[in-house]
This record gives sequence, C-alpha cells and structure tokens, in this order.
Amino acid sequence: MALLDLCGAPRGQRGDWAVPLAGSRQRSDPGHYSFSPRSPELALPRGMQPTDFFRSLGGNGESNVQIEMAHGTTTLAFKFQHGEIVAVGSRAPAGNYIYTLKVNKVIEINPHLHGTMSGCAADCQYWERLLAKECRLHYLRNGERVSVSAASKLLSHMMCQYRSMGLSMGSMICGWDQKGPGLYYVDHNGTRLSGSMFSTGSGNSHAYGVMDSGKRRDLSIEEAYDLGRRAIVHATHRDSYSGGVVNMYHMKEDDWVKVESTDVSDLMHQYREASQ
Amino acid sequence: MASRYDRAITVFSPDGHLFQVEYAQEAVKKGSTAVGIRGTNIVVLGVEKKSVAKLQDERTVRKICALDDHVCMAFAGLTADARVVINKARVECQSHKLTVEDPVTVEYITRFIATLKQKYTQSNGRRPFGISALIVGFDDDGIPRLYQTDPSGTYHAWKANAIGRSAKTVREFLEKNYTEDAIAHDNEAIKLAIRALLEVVQSGGKNIELAIIRRNQPLKMFSAKEIELQVNEIEKEKEEAEKKKSKKTT
Repeated sequence: MALLDLCGAPRGQRGDWAVPLAGSRQRSDPGHYSFSPRSPELALPRGMQPTDFFRSLGGNGESNVQIEMAHGTTTLAFKFQHGEIVAVGSRAPAGNYIYTLKVNKVIEINPHLHGTMSGCAADCQYWERLLAKECRLHYLRNGERVSVSAASKLLSHMMCQYRSMGLSMGSMICGWDQKGPGLYYVDHNGTRLSGSMFSTGSGNSHAYGVMDSGKRRDLSIEEAYDLGRRAIVHATHRDSYSGGVVNMYHMKEDDWVKVESTDVSDLMHQYREASQ
Repeated sequence: MASRYDRAITVFSPDGHLFQVEYAQEAVKKGSTAVGIRGTNIVVLGVEKKSVAKLQDERTVRKICALDDHVCMAFAGLTADARVVINKARVECQSHKLTVEDPVTVEYITRFIATLKQKYTQSNGRRPFGISALIVGFDDDGIPRLYQTDPSGTYHAWKANAIGRSAKTVREFLEKNYTEDAIAHDNEAIKLAIRALLEVVQSGGKNIELAIIRRNQPLKMFSAKEIELQVNEIEKEKEEAEKKKSKKTT
C-alpha cells in the first residue's frame, strides 16, 4: 500500500486487517535482523507486556505462583596455542532439586562454532538454537561461514532487544574463522566481550581460580585438557549447584573434537589419591 | 499491444515482458557512459562528464560515489534515482558493520542494491529505478571485484564493462583490448579505462571523471590535471604506434 505509506496511517494503531507495511518485509531481508517480541516465531498474546508479567510472578511473596529461574552450572573456555578448550558441567538444578545430570550445555552451531549455556536453561537453548538458524542462513546467503564475531554480535543483539524482560543467559561463543580462533562472552544484558579465557555460572569463581593458576599460552594439548578438567572438577566440588560430568571439547582449525565426558566424582577421587 | 501492458509495473504482457522495466533500461541507455575495469591490483571507474553550464559549479556534479572505504560505484541513468539508491546502500554498509562487525563484501552490497531494485519492480504504485550501476571494490581477501546491476534487479560479475550511452561501442573496444597484460600494471589499467572512454567522449580529457581503488587503500578521485597527464601519455603512445606503422609500410 504505497499510498498508505505516503500519507501515514490514521491516528491510532493500524488495524489487524491492514496488510503489513512494505517496510516490514525487511524481516525476511538478509541483513535486517529483528528479534523483537513481535517476531513471528513468538506467539505472544495481544497486549501482553512481558516485563510486568514477570514482575508479578517474581519472589516478592505476594502471589501464589512463584516462578524461580533455575541457575547453576559451571562452564569455561580458554584459548591456547593449539586452539580452544571448552569445558562444561552437566548438572541441571532447579533450586535444591537436581533435574538431571546429563544436560548438554554446549550447542554445536556448526563444525566451527560452539555456544555454551549457563543461566536459565530454556533461554539458553532457545536463543542459541535461533542463533544456529541465523548462522546457517548467513552461510546460505553469503557463501561463507559466519565469523565468530558476527555470530556473537547477533546473539548480543537478540539479548539487547529483550533487555530487562527477565532473560537469564551467560554464554560463550567459541569458534574458528578466517581471523583465527575467536572467543566471546555474551550475556542476557547484551554484554559482549572478547577474551582469551572466560568462565560462567555459579561455579565460575572456583573455575577462574584454578585456570588462573595454571593457564599459560604454551600449554600442550594434554596439559590444556588437564587444566579444563581440573577447573570444572574443583568448581563442581565446591559449588553445590554444579556437578555431573565434565563435557570437554577442543576447537581446532579444521574441526572440533569431543575430548571426553567424565564423571566429576571419579575425577575428584583420582586427584585425592594422587595427592596422598 | 505494448500500450496496454506498460501502464502499471505489476502487469506482465502476454509475451512475458515487464514493459516498465524495459523502459527503465531505455532510460539507462540515455545516460552518460560509465566504464569499469577490474585489474590485478586495482579497480578503475571512469565516467563521461556532461559539460556543465557556465554558471554551474562543477564540483557538485558527481557520478562516482564511495559507498564505504573499500567499495564505490558509478551509475548511468537518472541521477535522482541514483542518489536514493546510493543513500540506502551507504546506510546498509554501516548497518552491516554494526550488526556483523565486518565491512560488506562487494558482492553483498551489490546483492542488496539488486534486491532493492527488484522490489521496485514488484510493488504497486512504484516505478523501477532508472539506473544501472557499476560497483567495484576489494574484499577482505584482497581480491578485486566488479559487478554490474540493471533496473530489473539482476547482477553479474564482470572483468570489464560499460553502461549508458554508447555502451556497446565501449564494450566492443574493451573486448578487443582487455588482455592479461593490459591490466597487469595499475597504470595500464587506468589507461585502458581512459582509452575506452575516449572512443565515445567528445572533446577528450576534459569530459572524463576517473576514480580508482587500490588494494587496502581508500577511493582516489583523479583531478583534472592527473587525467590530462594520462590522456597526453595515451596520445603520445598513439603517435608512436602510428609512426611505427608508417615506418613498416615505407
């Protein structure tokens, strides 16, 4: 409706009957990313404000229904001379109850890009899968794989559009692109940081302690595996919300390798015996 | 027959033509010539400058425009339409940088411009853009590129091409003279572009506007003096070639 565009809609909102504005076709355009609450993937009821709804349910004791976001995990990633190590715990706690010990907290976006998840499990899974879809579309449209900085930027934009609506996500986007290895931390506020070492989740301070004391640029591959393993194990030992198994991945230039999936209690016993 | 199917853009004719698009292509053929050449380490754009009126300020007439640091385009056709397209392309270049943290590839921005043009061939109440564009630049991988778009929204990559008035003549000249040697050196590629334009431009170097992009360097517009220098060199080479010919025949 070119005339409608030219004259502007009459006062008030456009009626439901109105054909979408020509400009709104931008949503399917490459290069025009819109992840707003009005996107077709989300079926929000009309007139619903997510922020108010959430506030009414949050823990101020007034309402009978309380939705408590489940947080709890340890994830880490670091760069070294032979690539990147990504290591995550696998416990999914909900308050004091453990849902499962076998969650996979690393999403494989493509053979050269991984995303870790910490915070609200639902948020992480949904948004990172959406990111995987955007990465795939980018590859199909442009003939080359999306760079790590672009992928993390897209995720950060998604988070920015939902700022203060109660999302909870701390993720690391790790991969290898034409500029070399890339590691970015993205969280639900839209923060996006590039670095060579990150750890997220409730056990992250413990993991940082172990990694800081052991990390060097010139680690050998086995030493790097050991460092990642130890950091997760010690974090799960001290943090009650983390546990399960250590899922460790090694990102290399051509491919990634799943190094192991070892139970943390077994590892803790090994370390104990070794030190005695 | 044509008159019944050319009023509204959204109507096909019985034999499959979109007449508005074809009329737009006619408008392009009326515009001043533009030529683009892809060298080994350089990309060159040359346009025919229409002579300005006495009281007109020459500097406000620009037919070669930078879209970003590493991409630029020249057009043939309706100048006002080109201004709108160039503006949208410039915004898209920055938007891409903001979203994806990388500068656009030449192919991406060409595809954007072509998609934009195609949208206007499929909307009611709008007419197509009456311009063809030559888009040149270097990608991050250092490979030079030249693309051409037309009012229907198609785009193709070229080694060398010309658009606008007398484009056919210039293209034939390029087909004869574009060799690997001719474009191996930057200077030779520039001379090839000027020679191609001199085929169709009246009154020589005064009516030529030239711009180049070298790998990892921003767009460089040639001043009138620099163009004069190149034209003089070309004339000298021509004379020498003629002398050699006449020596051979005697």
